[in-house]
Amino acid sequence: MRQRRRQMLGWALVALLVWLIVYPLTLVLLESVRGADGWTTEFFRQFASRKNEWSALWGSLWISAASVFLAGTIGIPLAFLFARFDFPGRRILSGLVALPAVLPPLVGVIAFLFLYGESGFVSHLVRAVFRLDRPPWRLEGAGAILLVHAYSMYVYFYLFTRAGLARVDGSLLEAAASLGAGRWRTTREVVLPLLRPALTGAALLTFMTSLASFSAPYIFGGGFRVMTTQIVSTRLNGDYSLAMVETAALAALALIGFWVFGRGDRGDVLVATAKGAAPIARRFSSRWTRALTGTAAWVLAVVLLLPHLTLVLVSFVPVGTWTIEAIPPEYSVQNYVALVREPERLRPLLNSLGMATVATLAAVALALAAGILIVRQRVRARGVIETLLALPWAVPGTVFAIAIATAFSVSHPWAGRFLLVGTFWILPLAYLVRSLPITGRGIVAGFRQLDPSLEEAAATLGAGAWRTLVRVTLPLLRPALAAAATLAFVTALGDFVTSIVLYTYDTRPISLEILASLRQSDVGVAAAYGVFLMLASAVVFAVGGERREVGA
Amino acid sequence: MSIESPHVPYASSSFLRLEQLTKRFGGAAAVEDLTLSIDGGEILALLGPSGSGKTTTLRLLAGFEGPDSGRVILEGQDITRVTPVQRRFGMVFQHYALFPHLDVAGNVAFGLRSRDLRGKALAERVGEALRLVDLDGFEERRVSQLSGGQQQRVALARALAPEPRVLLLDEPLSNLDPSLRERTRRELRAMIHRIGITTVLVTHEQEEAFDLGDRVALLADGRLEQVGIPDELYGTPRTPFVAGFVGRSSTLDAIVRRRDDHGIAIEVEGIPWTLASFPREAWNSAVTDRAILVVRPEGVRFVESGPGVLAGEITERRFTGALTLYTMETEGRQTVEVSAHPEAAAVGDRVSVALTGIGAHVFPRAGA
Ligand SMILES: Nc1ncnc2c1ncn2[C@@H]1O[C@H](COP(=O)(O)OP(=O)(O)OP(=O)(O)O)[C@@H](O)[C@H]1O
Ligand SMILES: [Mg+2]
Repeated sequence: MRQRRRQMLGWALVALLVWLIVYPLTLVLLESVRGADGWTTEFFRQFASRKNEWSALWGSLWISAASVFLAGTIGIPLAFLFARFDFPGRRILSGLVALPAVLPPLVGVIAFLFLYGESGFVSHLVRAVFRLDRPPWRLEGAGAILLVHAYSMYVYFYLFTRAGLARVDGSLLEAAASLGAGRWRTTREVVLPLLRPALTGAALLTFMTSLASFSAPYIFGGGFRVMTTQIVSTRLNGDYSLAMVETAALAALALIGFWVFGRGDRGDVLVATAKGAAPIARRFSSRWTRALTGTAAWVLAVVLLLPHLTLVLVSFVPVGTWTIEAIPPEYSVQNYVALVREPERLRPLLNSLGMATVATLAAVALALAAGILIVRQRVRARGVIETLLALPWAVPGTVFAIAIATAFSVSHPWAGRFLLVGTFWILPLAYLVRSLPITGRGIVAGFRQLDPSLEEAAATLGAGAWRTLVRVTLPLLRPALAAAATLAFVTALGDFVTSIVLYTYDTRPISLEILASLRQSDVGVAAAYGVFLMLASAVVFAVGGERREVGA
Repeated sequence: MSIESPHVPYASSSFLRLEQLTKRFGGAAAVEDLTLSIDGGEILALLGPSGSGKTTTLRLLAGFEGPDSGRVILEGQDITRVTPVQRRFGMVFQHYALFPHLDVAGNVAFGLRSRDLRGKALAERVGEALRLVDLDGFEERRVSQLSGGQQQRVALARALAPEPRVLLLDEPLSNLDPSLRERTRRELRAMIHRIGITTVLVTHEQEEAFDLGDRVALLADGRLEQVGIPDELYGTPRTPFVAGFVGRSSTLDAIVRRRDDHGIAIEVEGIPWTLASFPREAWNSAVTDRAILVVRPEGVRFVESGPGVLAGEITERRFTGALTLYTMETEGRQTVEVSAHPEAAAVGDRVSVALTGIGAHVFPRAGA
């Protein structure tokens, strides 16, 4: 009897997740093949016949591939440098190197705009030095997008490679040396093969993130279109059916990418027997090399931190006081005061905070239920639940936004469709779905690490199921919960991709207000919002870092 | 200063030689002033308790660590600063360190490819090396699909394939379960002898060191206590540490009454005993008459009570099959272990013991 109820609960959760995740995506597919009167392939033919559709698809693909290449080229050597060599400032710098991660996508993009844009600091500087009368470059097109991608995504390669290197048993390297392999051959034939799972993981993450990237192509794309921006603009033109086809195409591209990189990820698990110690960092023997590496690393750190610093600096520039000067002439806290004092400015802050809170609470609740059902009750549907929770990760945000907009734009309660577009609820719903992979993965993993005998001990001490959950399980899960919830929260707080499709004026979130402020040349306010989001992310990373230390 | 065993005939022209090696980590010395000579084709076992510097010595030999002072000399050439890559000593690591991403053949070929072997010649040499360890036909196995003993043999084949001049083994058997250990030990000894390669192996088990090593070097706190063939270490230990570490023994306080060419006369709890042989060098510089007597279970026997015997009570009896060990507590509250036949005594019995004339060693008491 209990067993039956347990299985029922499992299937109920499956049904809920299918309704939230699979159903909207299916509706998009259906819409793309349905015309005014019945089924049609018309929109697909339209799509296939247009050159700009193909070029957007191709653009998405090659930008993503190039991003993987660039991010790897920067991130992997950097990881080796920090893991294997000792030089002055290594410890501080190895932390700073991960800093691009605290800039939400849109915020990173506007920081680049202030820094390297036509009237940014760097172009001002170059103009002044070389006495040019025009901006030296335009921050536009594929190059600009790749610049931002390389900056923000090399961190994946850096962190994955560092983690991978830390797991490589030092005695393997010594074995290679005693067999006559020099440093280069050892790296090529021993270290890199051992790092393969980490590297394919990073490549997959970078590829999927680039494919889904919206902020950079939207702001810097100019005439250059990728699929995400193409979808949004087609939809803006009212061409809904074509937008559906485009959405389906992007989703297909994502699934292909997932499959291609995912293949490298599986296969034989190369757990490098971490019995020996990880190799210790080597000091450069020559003082010159040490000094040179040290200097180069500090220069690098400054370059990496420039966007953050720029953002902070610009946030102190009062409206309309910075026009043609290289460095803003005036500073005040006026922009921050405005965020709190002016109801119109405060509104987006409160909107985002509120919607992110609702979404996070719901996502955590769902993930907890999933954790209990998967790990503790081991319901039959556990595999399905886990797959469903991870699914949104493989689907670009734009696709989900369109899917949700489609599913919840009509009121057919019997078909599970409610009119939510234009209400407060649509954005939290989108955020919720998008954060399910983060919360699901973190919390289910947290459950797996819990020793079940603790809960059994509570039961033998007479605690009921509910009391055990509240008094034993949840407190033990707190680190996992905190990490997952805060990460989901800041992601929702800074969300731009889904918001731009689903927002209304009353529910506009921070990202849309940043965009509006930029359009009105209100750069200081835009930067102040950006600083707010950046600090929120920084807090989350600090929480995560602390958790890692406590857990170790 | 060198603590050479007189047993080694051509110490200065030895194949591999460590000269006054010292290695410190932070302040503490892991290896201190270590001098050792190894003949060509000889197997030397480095024995010692945990933390005595065995692994460090081996790593100094392999070149993974550089000494703070001292030299490593191979066939008359100073190789102290030669990198491990150029040194190419074959090494078998404690956890084998097999490359998990390569199959058995790939592992064995790794060192051969450093010698620019390719194609057919390479495959042949890999085959030979695997035959040597009785693993032919395992070429395409994944390393993770091998048993512990097989992994150990692959590691050995990999180390031996490039025909190194010296083979280094770090606790080669410690990862095997006991039943496999003894058989593998015999095979290992037979194989090394067959190849005739100069070998240094590390172990913390006396039985392993005695069984595998032509000679055994006993380390304590980074210093060499004694080096010699197993019989020497057991029969004529130079320090109380050696006597205590090698084989079973009990330690008793004693006072020296007389010492000359004929022997040494001591008193233990007032009972006079005379020993014909004693470690003379140890006593040459001694300024004390306080001594310790280290005596093996076979060095004492039960006797009728009377004058000149040490009396006490049996507190423990352990039957080990071949012999029975009795623990006797003396009136001075010292304990002596005695081996005798199974019916010799029972717990609680009052007994007396005397020296048998073998297996007893007198050392000056340090710090007195
Ligand atoms: N890399 C190192 N850094 C600091 N101290 C070290 C290092 N390697 C060894 N030591 C120290 O040197 C001493 C000797 O260590 P070593 O590993 O040589 O001992 P061992 O005889 O091999 O012991 P075991 O039987 O436990 O393996 C120990 O006190 C150890 O703590
Ligand atoms: Mg050791």
